[in-house]
Amino acid sequence: MSDFFTVALLTAILRSATPLVLAAMGGILSERSGVINIALEGMMLTGAFFAVAGTHWTGSPWLGAAIGVGAASVAAMIHAFWCITLRGNQIVAGTAINLIAAGLTAFLIQLIWDRAGATDSVEQLPDLFGTVNVLVFAALVIVPLVHFYLFRTKQGLHTMASGESPQAAESVGIDVTRNRYLAVVASGALAGMGGAYLSIGNLSYFTLDMTAGRGFIALAAVIFGGWTPFGAAGAALLFGAAQAIQIEAQATSGFPISADLLVALPYLLTLIAVTGLIRKSNGPAGLGQHANAH
Amino acid sequence: MRDVVKRFPGVIANDGVNLAVRTGEIHALLGENGAGKSTLMNLLFGLYNPDEGEILINGKSVHFHNTRQAVEAGLGMVHQHFMLIPRFTVAENVILGNEGPDSILDRAAASRRVAELATSYGLNVDPDAKVGDLPVSMRQRVEILRALYQGSRILILDEPTALLTPQEVDDLYVILRRLRVDGGTIIFITHKLREVANVSDRVTVIRRGKTIGTRVTSETTSQELAELMVGREVLLRVDRPPATPGETILDGEDLRCTGAHHQETLNVASIQLRRGEILGVCGVEGNGQSELVEVLSGLRKPDSGTLTIKGQDVLGENATGFRQAGVSYIPEDRHGRGLVLDFPLWENALLGNTERPEFTKRGWIRSGWIRELTSSLMARFDVRAPSASTPARSLSGGNQQKLIIARELQRDPDILLAIQPTRGLDVGAIEFVHRSLVETRDSGKAVLLLSFDLDEIMDLSDRIVVLSEGRIVGEFKGSTADRAQLGLLMGGRPSEPAMAAA
Repeated sequence: MSDFFTVALLTAILRSATPLVLAAMGGILSERSGVINIALEGMMLTGAFFAVAGTHWTGSPWLGAAIGVGAASVAAMIHAFWCITLRGNQIVAGTAINLIAAGLTAFLIQLIWDRAGATDSVEQLPDLFGTVNVLVFAALVIVPLVHFYLFRTKQGLHTMASGESPQAAESVGIDVTRNRYLAVVASGALAGMGGAYLSIGNLSYFTLDMTAGRGFIALAAVIFGGWTPFGAAGAALLFGAAQAIQIEAQATSGFPISADLLVALPYLLTLIAVTGLIRKSNGPAGLGQHANAH
Repeated sequence: MRDVVKRFPGVIANDGVNLAVRTGEIHALLGENGAGKSTLMNLLFGLYNPDEGEILINGKSVHFHNTRQAVEAGLGMVHQHFMLIPRFTVAENVILGNEGPDSILDRAAASRRVAELATSYGLNVDPDAKVGDLPVSMRQRVEILRALYQGSRILILDEPTALLTPQEVDDLYVILRRLRVDGGTIIFITHKLREVANVSDRVTVIRRGKTIGTRVTSETTSQELAELMVGREVLLRVDRPPATPGETILDGEDLRCTGAHHQETLNVASIQLRRGEILGVCGVEGNGQSELVEVLSGLRKPDSGTLTIKGQDVLGENATGFRQAGVSYIPEDRHGRGLVLDFPLWENALLGNTERPEFTKRGWIRSGWIRELTSSLMARFDVRAPSASTPARSLSGGNQQKLIIARELQRDPDILLAIQPTRGLDVGAIEFVHRSLVETRDSGKAVLLLSFDLDEIMDLSDRIVVLSEGRIVGEFKGSTADRAQLGLLMGGRPSEPAMAAA
């Protein structure tokens, strides 16, 4: 027990948190612009699959990661088109993206590798300083970048204005549609990067439904963190820690808490977060509202 | 003088409107609801394009395809429903969309610039305050400030006094006159005659999308303007014989309610209604009016206090119990609470009456009888609709309101709660509603009139109470009430004569 909380556990926490942090940053951008994004899950899954497929096709994990990010951005583009241009229901659109991503990746594994469940192994993205993957560092850099973008730049102010009140933003000549498209596509790219980390950062292959709800947990981190980048990153770390401890505890013989309970821990924390027991959630006021069409 | 001329003939909402505004004047645009004032301003502001006609600014023809172009041409709009972001600061709201060329924001500099601009125009606003924390009058100043920041020389104000207390309206007039001195041009959209007289230099009246005429304000009268606006002779004052108040029929003491955010929205309000009397309740919106009405109509249970009707304690009753005790209710929200819009008129006439034996028999709706009743009510209350089977949605606001009044008065109530009964109605329908209220009073019933229109309260009430921050802060006899004093009380300030003079 004494050697339970080790450097290994800390690295494990970072590893679990990285995809959550990346997807959560995407969620913040999308939701701050006023578009509900429950499609993070599907975008992550798309990113994870195409990162492997891209590496398989090109032989380069870097190009593979780029293809994964691009594919998730395409999924985000579909979400944006549905939610913004067609003014559809954003929850329904997100659910559809999630279902399509799950079905499409399963079908494509069969098509490309002619087997079910998992792809072959491909080359991984490199680790830095021994054991920490390059995308972990990317996540650490992206959090302050998103913060700077939202709170220090003109474009960020416009994004938040689009999310708080699309009517008010339009009345001062801000192109709400353009801002929302940009934000949603960026959210897809970030979620796709999170997915790529899962498949070719942490592992070297894709398995069916390998995101396992991480997109939703990332969304919970967004809410938990009050729609701020550092807040959401903190929440993602907390959820990541819950996952890492659970995995570690399962491997530790004689751990005093049932592993089954620990498996439920991240989801329980998520539930507490989204039901607002910990903090009254106050998201962007214009979340889910359509802009006026003139 | 550089004439500013705008013309838009041909559109349905604006059927040949001519409006000529001169630089440096306050020009009132007067018309009833639905006369086409807002459409006209949206055309001017680039939100719609005119089908025919042209807009000239300083002699040059302009075609705006979006609001940005209108802003660049020097137009500024203060919207009726403020286009502000509550969670942003004043400075952020002011600079939004005009941050300058740098992609990185310098908030401190923006805040300084906004503060300087505010000071130079005597608009006393803190640039770092969150807009959501500011009172309505301050938010309006933020909108004005934003227009000035954008470099507007022509400021359009759409019904700017709707949410202000009389004192705040006076403050607004001071600001507008100051802008005029600095060479600004102001278009003031309103349907209130008093405001035209108080602030404008000239006035253009529009009716049913057509320009009726332009007058120099000092050379016209309210009576002339009202007739131009409505198109016929109107009674500006309600013909109201003196009241003969009878016994107290509703008695509420120490009523308290807690709001959604745990603050007391109604505290220690005591209210009495008497037969043969109209009690006017005035105040600024959001000072406990809805809570008071919900308590008096049985929709909400107060946390404490007593409420009796005809000496009977009614606090345990629900809304049906209140109705059976003799309370009828004309709700503020015609569409939400007054009617089911997709139901035909006769089913709407049934609402709230299902417990009465004339309307239902052994659980069956007597639809034939109700249809006949509805038709006769429609004739008596001048509800203009093809038949009793017409859906309520297809009626105009005035006719919908008349149907509600018909339904509520048909119950022969002892108490009538009329909440903003003329909101959004045209002058003709307002006349009808006012006459109904006075007739109800004269037949020995108690009437409560709640309105945010102080003129309406003062014209109709035999007794006036002022509600501020959930308290009854003053009571006056209708004939002795003084506008300035009421206004001070509404704003939550004590009614000391020294302050009234200031």
